[in-house]
Amino acid sequence: MAAKDLSRRDFLNIAWGAAGALALVEAGGVALSFFSPRIVEGEFGGVIEAGTADSFPVGSVTPFTQGRFYLVRMQDGGFLALYRKCTHLGCAVPWNPAEGRFVCPCHASAFEMDGQVINTPAPRPLDRFAVTIVDGIVKVDTGTPIQRDHSNPNELVYVEMAT
Amino acid sequence: MTHEHDPRPEDLKQRVWESIQRDELPPQDDRGRMRLVMNNLVLHLHPSKVAKPTLKFTYTWGLGGLAILLVALLAATGVMLMFVYTPSPETAYQDMLKLQTEVWFGQLVRNVHHWSGNLLLIVAFLHLLRVFFTGGFRTPREFNWMLGVVLLLLVVAANFTGYLLPWDQLAYWAVTVGSSLLSYVPLIGEGLRNFLLGGPEVGAATLTNFYGLHVAIIPLILMGIVSFHIWRVRKDTLSVPHKLDGMVDGTEGTQVEKVTTLPHLVSREMVFALVMTGAILLWSVWVNAPLEAAANPDHSPNPAKAAWYFMGLQELLLHFHPTFAAIIIPALAMGALILLPYQRFDLSAEGVWFRSRKGRQMALVAALNALIAVPLLVVLDEYVFDLAALLPSLPTLISNGVLPLAAILLLLIGFYDGMKRLFKASACETRQSVFVLLVVSFVVLTVIGIVFRGEGMALMLPWEVL
Repeated sequence: MAAKDLSRRDFLNIAWGAAGALALVEAGGVALSFFSPRIVEGEFGGVIEAGTADSFPVGSVTPFTQGRFYLVRMQDGGFLALYRKCTHLGCAVPWNPAEGRFVCPCHASAFEMDGQVINTPAPRPLDRFAVTIVDGIVKVDTGTPIQRDHSNPNELVYVEMAT
Repeated sequence: MTHEHDPRPEDLKQRVWESIQRDELPPQDDRGRMRLVMNNLVLHLHPSKVAKPTLKFTYTWGLGGLAILLVALLAATGVMLMFVYTPSPETAYQDMLKLQTEVWFGQLVRNVHHWSGNLLLIVAFLHLLRVFFTGGFRTPREFNWMLGVVLLLLVVAANFTGYLLPWDQLAYWAVTVGSSLLSYVPLIGEGLRNFLLGGPEVGAATLTNFYGLHVAIIPLILMGIVSFHIWRVRKDTLSVPHKLDGMVDGTEGTQVEKVTTLPHLVSREMVFALVMTGAILLWSVWVNAPLEAAANPDHSPNPAKAAWYFMGLQELLLHFHPTFAAIIIPALAMGALILLPYQRFDLSAEGVWFRSRKGRQMALVAALNALIAVPLLVVLDEYVFDLAALLPSLPTLISNGVLPLAAILLLLIGFYDGMKRLFKASACETRQSVFVLLVVSFVVLTVIGIVFRGEGMALMLPWEVL
């Protein structure tokens, strides 16, 4: 751009405009940060101790109301923590022991024991939380739900055998 | 030095009155009436004279004025409710119970607020239909139509944020479902939803956020745009009703007679406002606003339905991939709605209900088409077709989104073309018939969602509903 062509008036107008736009962006930034979600308080969002691994029989689904997840122990003994929130529109999905699957009351989505979708409209399996087993105690990190496209046997966590 | 004396009499009472009310009351002639309208803070929202044919009730049905009345009722009752309600999960539901049992007239004030809010949605929607079907959005009123659409969205937002405040099961799960729609916006959806809810799930932060939006932000924006909306109506005047033969309605010719706003328009408005206020009060005395059990985040009721005005959207969700049902289809509809007045319009159609004689026939055919086709498609999709199962190799975004939407768009193009040829109609008349088709479809979907969806959102046939 040829600097000579810019009159003093144009320069000042542009400078004012730019300063105004910057102020607006700053005010917007302040508002955005001011209204941004605070850290989730209470138990949900932290690491939750579910109990000893032995206390969960194989093929069982145990609800954790405070942690908002189900601790699933598959037939082969692997652990999986499923976020109870339906991946369709966020309803709380109850476990139906008679049918052996999760059925959402809101729009009839259904999920297998490992969270896999049996019945749409849910677009993806139930989200899961990371599970760790330390000294036989099962711990679930409810901080970040992990989204997935398909359930995967690698996600299962096993009790390490004493060697 | 000479003293100029005030020529007015020294009577203090009269001087005080004249300092408040400058114009003669009651006015003696038309000049006085027009001056009174010009100089009055509230009345000057009106022009001093209006076209006589526009006063006809069956032209405007008083819908814009009724919307203003409802906003006023909502503001008055809403401020009262603020004094007896605390927006926190510990207290909100208890406050609702106290409101209904301990506060004098608490139930009545809540009922008026609840029913006015719901009625405002219907009235705003009907107002939009009235303006569309009489061609009231034509130049120079295009931008005011756009503002009207924005106002409708604000009314929906006000209803939606208010829906959560009672903190009962209905509120909690309707808002959970409704806000989850946002998370399907590509890329930013999840963040947007968390921002609105103040966290990943509906909770204490959500209640605070929604309260602030409901009692301050939305009303403020709404009032601002409403004022602008009315001011533009005053500047642009109302479209004048015409009969099919091109004559101005109510006269023998094409001349438009003008009358003073006071008393011709104002008295009509006052009568209508009084009648409607009475009707709303009477309704609120007899019918209570619903309140279910306290919100329980651990248990979704079955069926968990969204608020009734979202039931059309929720019904779409049962048939389309959420990205399409919640984002793409509503965005397309909104875009088309806002751009409607910028389409070419037959000059002779302004002020004529449904454009022309042909337009009326086509609107009827379109409405019948929607009444038959939509239930048919819903039943077919429920029992016969399952595109996702037929095409398992495709992602559901394609099989449940792109493909059915493309099919429906093709049907719409076919409908447009067929109607245009069949009736040898103008683009303006044909566009109206497509609008009728879509509006009736939306209404039918809403009714199906409200009435014909039972446990697990399974479709119930008419004889099962009763």
